[in-house]
Formats: sequence, C-alpha cells, structure tokens
Amino acid sequence: MSPRHLISIDDLDRAGIERILDRAESFAEVSGREIKKVPALRGRTVVNLFYEASTRTSSSFELAAKRLSADVVSVRSAGSSVDKGESLKDTIQTLSAYDPAAIVIRSQYAGAAQLVAGWTPAAVINAGDGKHEHPTQALLDVFTLRRRLGQLDGTRIWIVGDVLHSRVARSNILGFKRMGAEVTVAGPPTLIPRHIEALGCQAKATLDELHKADVVYVLRMQHERMREAFVPSLREYAARYQISTARLTPGQLLMHPGPVNRGVELSSDAIDSSQALLGEQVKAGVAVRMAVLYELLAASPVLAAVA
Amino acid sequence: MRRLYQRQAEPAELLLRDAHVLDPRAGLDEPRDVLIRGGEIAELGPSGSLSAPPGAEVIDAAGKHAFPGFVDPHVHLRTPGQEYKETIGTGTAAAAAGGFCCLIAMPNTAPVVDEAAILRSLAGVAERDALVPVGFLASITRGLEGNVLTEMAELRDAGALGFTDDGRPVVSAGMLRKALQYQRLCGGVVALHEEDPALSGDGVMHEGAVSARLGMAGIPSVSESTMVARDAALAAYEDARVHFQHLSCVESVEALAQAKAAGARVSGEVCPHHLTLTDDVVRTLDSRFKMNPPLRSEADRRALISGLTSGVIDCIATDHAPHARHEKEVPFEQAPMGTTGLETAFAALFTELIMPGEIELATVIERMTAGAALYDLPTPLIAPDEPANLCLVDLEARFEVGAHGYASRSANCCFHGRTFHSRVALTVAAGAVAFRAPMLAEAGFIA
Repeated sequence: MSPRHLISIDDLDRAGIERILDRAESFAEVSGREIKKVPALRGRTVVNLFYEASTRTSSSFELAAKRLSADVVSVRSAGSSVDKGESLKDTIQTLSAYDPAAIVIRSQYAGAAQLVAGWTPAAVINAGDGKHEHPTQALLDVFTLRRRLGQLDGTRIWIVGDVLHSRVARSNILGFKRMGAEVTVAGPPTLIPRHIEALGCQAKATLDELHKADVVYVLRMQHERMREAFVPSLREYAARYQISTARLTPGQLLMHPGPVNRGVELSSDAIDSSQALLGEQVKAGVAVRMAVLYELLAASPVLAAVA
Repeated sequence: MRRLYQRQAEPAELLLRDAHVLDPRAGLDEPRDVLIRGGEIAELGPSGSLSAPPGAEVIDAAGKHAFPGFVDPHVHLRTPGQEYKETIGTGTAAAAAGGFCCLIAMPNTAPVVDEAAILRSLAGVAERDALVPVGFLASITRGLEGNVLTEMAELRDAGALGFTDDGRPVVSAGMLRKALQYQRLCGGVVALHEEDPALSGDGVMHEGAVSARLGMAGIPSVSESTMVARDAALAAYEDARVHFQHLSCVESVEALAQAKAAGARVSGEVCPHHLTLTDDVVRTLDSRFKMNPPLRSEADRRALISGLTSGVIDCIATDHAPHARHEKEVPFEQAPMGTTGLETAFAALFTELIMPGEIELATVIERMTAGAALYDLPTPLIAPDEPANLCLVDLEARFEVGAHGYASRSANCCFHGRTFHSRVALTVAAGAVAFRAPMLAEAGFIA
C-alpha cells in the first residue's frame, strides 16, 4: 500500500503503518547522531502551511523535512495573504507554483487536507483538520507504544477526556484498533460524541474501570469548554477525570498528545512519573514524520515490498 | 387578486400526439392526443383522433408521458441582492427544465422581502424575467430577526402568498403566536423552517455515526421535531394555517401526523434530497451535500417516504438553494448550506424511488403538484378548458446530472455526476412553452 497522500489514518492498512514505523526506527537512529541529516530529499521542497497555532507538530515537521535535507518553507496564517482574505484554494495554487514535493497542512476545518489534495500536484500530509483527523499523531503514538510493548495486539487502551473536540481521539481510535488494540473512550457525557461506538470503541462516563487499561491516553481539556458549558467547572472535571498517580495502577502507561494543562487533565506527579511516555512521544514525532515524508516522496513501493 | 407573476409569452398552439397522459386528479392514465390552443387545453382525444389546426405545432409524443406541470412551493431565487447565485430568469429556466410550471420564492434575500415596496418591485422583475409563474412569500419578522412582525396585511395586499422566515426558525413562541393571531386579519399561509438554535448549535450536518467519525458538530433531529411539535400546538390553539417546510426526520413526521389527527390546520413538505440520500454521503466531505436541514439517517429517509406515501406529508418541494462556486469550494464546515434541485427533482425521485418500486409514479405526480392548493393557488390539471400547465417526460431517457452544465446559474447540485433515468422534453407553463430539451428536434421528437 503506497498512498500518494496521508489524509486519514484510514489511508493506511496495518502493513502500511508497520512499514512507516519500521522506517521511523531507522530515522530515530539518525536523530541520535551528532550530524542529524540524511540526503534523502535533497533539492526537494516541503511547504508547511499552518492555519492554526501549533508548536510540536509544526516544529517536528520542519525538523523532519530538514533532517531529510529538503528545503522547507513554513507559512502561518497570521501575517500572510490568508490574513488578507485569500481563499484556501488560491493560497494552495500560489504555493503550488513553487513546485513543492509535499504540502503539510493544518487547518481548523475538517476535510481541508483532502480538498488541498485536489488542488495541487504535491503530496499532501494532513497535520490536523478540524476535529476530524491527525494521522501523524496516531502514527507517532503507535510508534511509541510499539517500542515499549513490542506490539499492540490485545492491548487495552483508554482514551480519557474531551473526545468530542479531539481529532487526536479519532485518528488514535482508528490507528490503535488497526494495530490490534482494544479501545475505550471515557469522559463527561457532554464531551463524548453520540454514536462514537461506530468507530469500534467502547464508551464510558466514569473511570471506575480504568484499572483494566494497559495504557491511559489523556486528552487535553481546553479551558473554553467550560465557558461553553460542556462541564460545570474545571474543578469538578479534575475531581472526576484528572489522571494522577493515585488513579494509575502500577505498570499502566500514560500518554498525552500535548500541550498539557497541568492540574486539569493530568496531575504534575503523573506527568513526572516513570509511567509517563510524554517525552518519548515528542521524540517519536520527528522520526515518524521523517518516515512519512520519505514514504510519500522517496520510497519506491516495489523496493519496499522486497525489503 | 393576482399573486403569481411571469413575463408575457406567446400562447402555445400545440398538438401533443399520442402522449401517455397521467394526471391522477383528472383520472387520466392513458394515451391521449392533447390539443393546446391559445394557451389552453382545448381538447383531449384518443390517440390519433385529433388533428392540428393551421399554425399549430405537432409534437410526436409517442412513448412520452404528459404530467400536470410541477409546482414547487419552496425555492430560493436569490433576487434581489444575490444575483450572482441565481436570478429570476435563470431560476425559472432551471424550473422549466425540470418540468415545473409554478414556483414559490422565499424572502431571505438581500434585502429581505419584508416591505410591500420590495415585494412590488420584485413582482415587477418577475413580470419582466420569469419564464414560469412565480409567487412570493414575505418574511414573518422584519429582517428575519424574529423581533418585530412585518406589515403582514399590506404585504398580503401587495401579493404575498404567505409568510416565512425560512432559513431561520421563529425562535420565540410568543412572536410566532402573534403572527398566527394576525393571520386572522390578513390570511396567507405561515410557513415554518423548524429548528431550535440552542440544539443545532454550530452543527453542520446530521448528528449521528457519520458526524462522530468526521468530528463535525451535529444537528440532532430533535432540533427540528421539538419545534414542529411546539408550533403545531400553537397552530391548533390559534386555529391557524401553518405549513412545515422541508421536514427531515422520523420525529417530525410523527409530530405532523399527530397534529393532523388532532385536527390542526397543518401541512408539510419534503425535499427530493431527503427522500433519496442519507448522511452517509457526507463521508466524502463534499460541500454539495451540505444543506439545512441536513441529510439524515436511513431510518429518517424511510419515515419520509412512508409519510409522503400516506399523505401525512402533503407535497414535495426542492428547497432549490443556489450558491456560487467560490462559496462552495471551501472546507465543508465553512460552506453555505443548500443544494440546487429544480432540474433534478423528478428524475431523482423517478430513479431512486419509483423505479425500485418504493413509491407509485401517480403518487409522486400528485405530491409534486400539491403545493399549489396548500397556498390557495389553482392546481395544474390536464383537462379541457384548463390553462395549459404540463410537462412532457421521456421516462426511457437517461442523463448524467451536470454533464452539460445547468440552466441554473449555480452548480451546487447534490446529485451532480449521478446518472438519472427520465428526462423532461417539454414544459408548458401558464399556457406558454417555457422549455424544450435542446435535443428534442435532433432526436426526432418533433414531427
């Protein structure tokens, strides 16, 4: 399986995910060298187009492209032609005139990456579209867990918190399941979408059975959700859903896509505990994004199949 | 008084030879010669029995069906103010291409049709440009803002068929109640777009498994049905005449059925897209599938079909809602709501419902013309001495939607690219030929 774009985690079957993760392992080795660079994409251009604030996704995509020796142009909506009212289509056609090999796009709207793929000859990588998908986050999380556990088959993963507004939750439910894990989502009923079970997960309103989880994946709880009356107060949210070392059982692994609201969805002791994989997730981000860029732009599907 | 407007056109002189005439109200379902003289149906006779008088055009209609012209009680002609989406000329051309002989236009234009002067000037535009007769609804509240009633009596005197804030609900029950009370003075149907904004929130599609997957905010079906139930109760209490627009879900059909059973003077309409598509197509994230109310579940679609069959839902309306290409070529959540529908309504229903045997052809014909009586307009009838309002349809033909463009100024049709069976060959509206299929002559339809 060799898709031209990475729009949805659904674009990849299990073998496709594993191939990217295997590739990421070799790039992780590159990131450990003193000279963290390989010439794979020399002379090719990668455009990072971010319509939403982002620190780790945008910086890791930029680093990933640079470590592959690509030329990188990063465009943010603030201060750009987007600010002047240019449409997404016109922006994409303008940037496509530079003949980039890939466009990495983050948008506040579902389906933006898919639309962009129809407007440019470049490979398109979805770095987050609305509350829809964030496939490279799912890949780096699977990568992190696979490194720790060997494989995900039968692993029980709980995704806790604001599932309603989370693209990470959607891509990760699908990605974890594709790798053989059992997924449960848990959070306040106001923040668990009706019919989420259609994605193949279970839904819970309490953490009463959290001890059954092998992995606790905590989502960011945004302050504005309180203003929007999804929860009565952050205090009550923290009382019911905050993950602390007291709520974790020994051996459970703790993950979070960042950025964390300390003291809301996670307690400081949990973040700093040896069960937390947050730092490994961030590190994995660069290697996995290198692998995605490489797979889409440089890998020969035939050779890969032989290898 | 006169409440329909169209441009002057030459009265048709036509002989439709050997058309299969299907008009349930006229009790006709058989081959007939139809002679139209001076824009009126002069004579109906057995096939081959009528001859054309001098100057009359003869159309060989063998193998084609003649239906009473369709009536669409819910279209957006975007005039005044948004003529880049549609004009009265292009909108009525699209209607004629779809076999419609009468339209009712919604007032959510720019400016809103909330004053008699605006309505009169709009009627003037229709008298200049409309290829088929158009009637107008005025808004219930000024600027569609839900706060102040329009001068409903003066608007009625200026020609309004009724009132609607379509595009928006009348949120305040108290405000709607006043409009229903005032209806006793001025008459006119009060037509309602039902939606509770507190439940719809910032929803962009049906709330269900697909919205959960896509991460897009959903519009629950109860957003519509709770308002239908509320307003049916108000209609019963005030003994008012209320029409529910574009019903989309099981619960709304149930609420309408209950209100009718209790004797309320209520009626309802349903759109071809809600009868033929579900939210499953939204997985494509194609903004053509974004409309309000949204495409809902298969269970909702089934309930709409059975409601239409049983007569709980009175008529079919397209909610033809043109938008310019640049407005729809954006991510789904940003796109405006609406699909065009005039050119595809009958073909969609014929292909998706009639051919598979879900609903009878005669029922669809009845429901596609029933909108007229709901607004106290004469119903098209294929009978002697009636004004000629009919369409000639080739049920054997097939076409790809949009392959040759659209008569509408806009192309945001949710059926774009589908292959449909049946094709309108000729439309006669208010006694004049409003549409001929471009290939009519080449295909040898015309003798």
